[in-house]
Amino acid sequence: MTAILETDGLSISFGGLKALDNVNLSVRPGEILSVIGPNGAGKTTLFNLISGVYKPRSGKVLLEGQDVTGQSPDKLAGRGLTRTFQNLQVFQTMTALENVMVARHLHEKRNVLAHLLALPSVRRQREETRKRAMECLARVGMEHYADQTADSLPYGALKRLEIARALALVPKVLLLDEPAAGCNPRETEEIDEIISKIAAEGMAVVLVEHDMRLVMKISNHILVLNFGKKLAEGNAATIAADPHVIEAYLGLEGDEGEAGAVAE
Amino acid sequence: MSVFDTVQRVVGNRLSLILIGAMLLVLPLLMTSSFQMRLAVVVWVYAMAAIGLNLLMGFAGQVSLGHAGFFGIGAYSVALGPSQLGLSPALSLPAGIAFCGLLALLLGRPILKLKGHYLAVATLGLGMLIFMILSNEVELTGGPDGMRVPRVVIMGWKVKGTETWYWITGIALLISVWLALNLINSPTGLALRAIHDSEVAASVLGVDVARYKLIVFVISACFASAAGGLLALYNGHITPGVSDFLVSVQLVTMVVLGGMGSVGGSLVGAALIIILPQFLTVMHEYEHAFLGLIMILTMVFMRSGIVPSISKAIRSRRHDSNS
Amino acid sequence: MALSEFLQFLISGLTVGFIYGAVALGFTVIYNASHVVNFAQGEFVMLGGMFTVFGISLGLPYLVAAILAIALTALIGVLLYEFAIRPARGAPVFALIIITIGASILIRGLAQVAFGTSFFSLPSLAGDTPINIAGAVAQPQSIVVVVGTLAMVGLLALMMRRTMIGKALIAASNDLVASQLVGINVRMIVAMSFAISAVLAAVAGILITPISLVSYDIGVLLALKAFAAVMLGGMGKPAGALIGGILVGVGEAMTAGYISTDYKDAAAFVIILVVLCAFPNGLFGSEHHERV
Repeated sequence: MTAILETDGLSISFGGLKALDNVNLSVRPGEILSVIGPNGAGKTTLFNLISGVYKPRSGKVLLEGQDVTGQSPDKLAGRGLTRTFQNLQVFQTMTALENVMVARHLHEKRNVLAHLLALPSVRRQREETRKRAMECLARVGMEHYADQTADSLPYGALKRLEIARALALVPKVLLLDEPAAGCNPRETEEIDEIISKIAAEGMAVVLVEHDMRLVMKISNHILVLNFGKKLAEGNAATIAADPHVIEAYLGLEGDEGEAGAVAE
Repeated sequence: MSVFDTVQRVVGNRLSLILIGAMLLVLPLLMTSSFQMRLAVVVWVYAMAAIGLNLLMGFAGQVSLGHAGFFGIGAYSVALGPSQLGLSPALSLPAGIAFCGLLALLLGRPILKLKGHYLAVATLGLGMLIFMILSNEVELTGGPDGMRVPRVVIMGWKVKGTETWYWITGIALLISVWLALNLINSPTGLALRAIHDSEVAASVLGVDVARYKLIVFVISACFASAAGGLLALYNGHITPGVSDFLVSVQLVTMVVLGGMGSVGGSLVGAALIIILPQFLTVMHEYEHAFLGLIMILTMVFMRSGIVPSISKAIRSRRHDSNS
Repeated sequence: MALSEFLQFLISGLTVGFIYGAVALGFTVIYNASHVVNFAQGEFVMLGGMFTVFGISLGLPYLVAAILAIALTALIGVLLYEFAIRPARGAPVFALIIITIGASILIRGLAQVAFGTSFFSLPSLAGDTPINIAGAVAQPQSIVVVVGTLAMVGLLALMMRRTMIGKALIAASNDLVASQLVGINVRMIVAMSFAISAVLAAVAGILITPISLVSYDIGVLLALKAFAAVMLGGMGKPAGALIGGILVGVGEAMTAGYISTDYKDAAAFVIILVVLCAFPNGLFGSEHHERV
């Protein structure tokens, strides 16, 4: 199968500092690609470039073989690419269900005049949207939170809410930015299950994550960034044994014990 | 608690329409002078404009300090339609609203790219530009002296008298509330609230942020021009003062005082800003200073506005007594 | 003839331009210290002129009246910060916009009651004999405006570099959090910035009143024009504000001269709209990346 998402020489700098330098990646449907690296390595910047939040200075983003570089996030969402955020971007004043309903937006008729007049078709569609949104909440095990406003939900629930919201869009490519950050081991395990399941359904997942246990367990492929550049690339075993990676992560060379912990 | 909220949301729409309708029916029985009825007409009209502005400010989170410009365009279109284009006054009103919507569509595209202070200043400038044109194009608008607005005649019936206009503007207000509530509870409303909470999250979920800001800007301009047109038709005379900067500020104050994002709040805000200075006759010459003071005090002590603050207090009390 | 006409427009444009520049500089000082855009800045200009007019009418000497007016305006600036801006610190941008607009309406409403709605003037400081420059006529007061504004800006620059308060202000505008960490009293600094910008505006008001008169409601237009200047010069850049002010003033005078006096005030808005729409971050503003 061919790649659904590719980047070619993606670069951007902020105030003379190269935040991302010539990064290539490629991911196929059903595959989980993890992007790891120390803080400030450019992982989130990479997501911002792919999802259209920033425009790259040079390089290309290809979605299903088409050049989509510099397209706005909503256009990309229309093409089936969406993401979650490292420092949560939930809609605070909405209920969990409403948060997810927003993501059904592209699947609804968007006739403002019909909305103003509250035509019966709008109401029918609302019910359908509500039902679908509820299903997505159920997929991440959050149906009992449906009517609570987001600002009253615990942190771990908000992380899953963002995933439910992204799933409601029915994307082909899903970028997850540290979905397990700040979660306890049990919650992390749940997230692991959710990700594995959606990948098994044929969705391409790109994952930024610090939890090495999770990364090593579920990734088909791993890309290591350091100072905005690709440091290494390969499957879990190759990455765990790569001396550059060990050095970047631990600041010392060839410490077997620590490297073993990474590979675990 | 959560069940109560959901029920309230579904029933709430119809309930607020019924409440406002009941108020419209009962008020004339309580009024003792035509002056009070006159005041009510003015309140209905300003409330319409404030509700439109609230859609923009409270739901899309975009400030406009130039909405009196659209108010003025609506007002002048019912005067200029008959005198320049030979349209009947009744037909000039929808024509004016359409023109205003079109203008907002054209101007909104570049202006709404701006954020924060820049947006505030750009809309302020736009409102003042409209005011300037209305004041300076003497041949067309009569300049600062203003111009006469012909009476509406529907099938031989001359629409006049404060009581008639009480019902016309009251029904117009009811329709405005209905439209606004429909919009808020529709997918468009949800998208707007999403933009308000997090633009970037809304956009990665497929919401075309620029398009929605533009839509709500156009809708709110149409509300303002409809209100301006009705006011002009009722008064029978119009001056550039309707689009003065102070009117824009009044509209913003109505919205924030009543409560951003609360349609009922805009009605409360409009009533307070229009009626309070009338009651405090001693205050009359301090009217503008008073307006400024209200703006500051609201933002410092009650940022969410009257109606949301009250409903929050009621809800927490109910919560306490339940537990 | 055409040249002297042009020169005439240029002179009047430069005169008001320096005033806009001074007000814009006041915007910048406050913005740098607190990231607040003070829409009541124009009212400070009005107050400077008004207080001086009334001081003189009470029999005070010109200079005493002017100094009192400046001090009083500075006090009002500090009060504005203490009672309206500071209690709302941490509030979203729209709330601060509404507060400073409210302050502007409040000040002008009170001025309307206190001073009435008529126009007032002040005697020119340099006499009334017009100066002839290559066929164009300049009011002597124009020279006072230019020299006065430049002197004031020079003094401000000196104060910023030499005094502790100035250095603290610069530090606060570079990095508010860091300056707090090194023990700078931010409350005092921001209050100072309001005082300084009120002084700038009040002096500008005293200088321009002999030429363009003062009434209770001149503030809003002035604030808008100064904002246009800030847009042109780049938000937060003092030199840019001054240059922007001069450009707006000249642009306005040329509009009045060559297009229509009715629309001279429109020049500033057109500048604002065009600059903002072409460069959403201001002419010299840098591109802003939101962190997500």
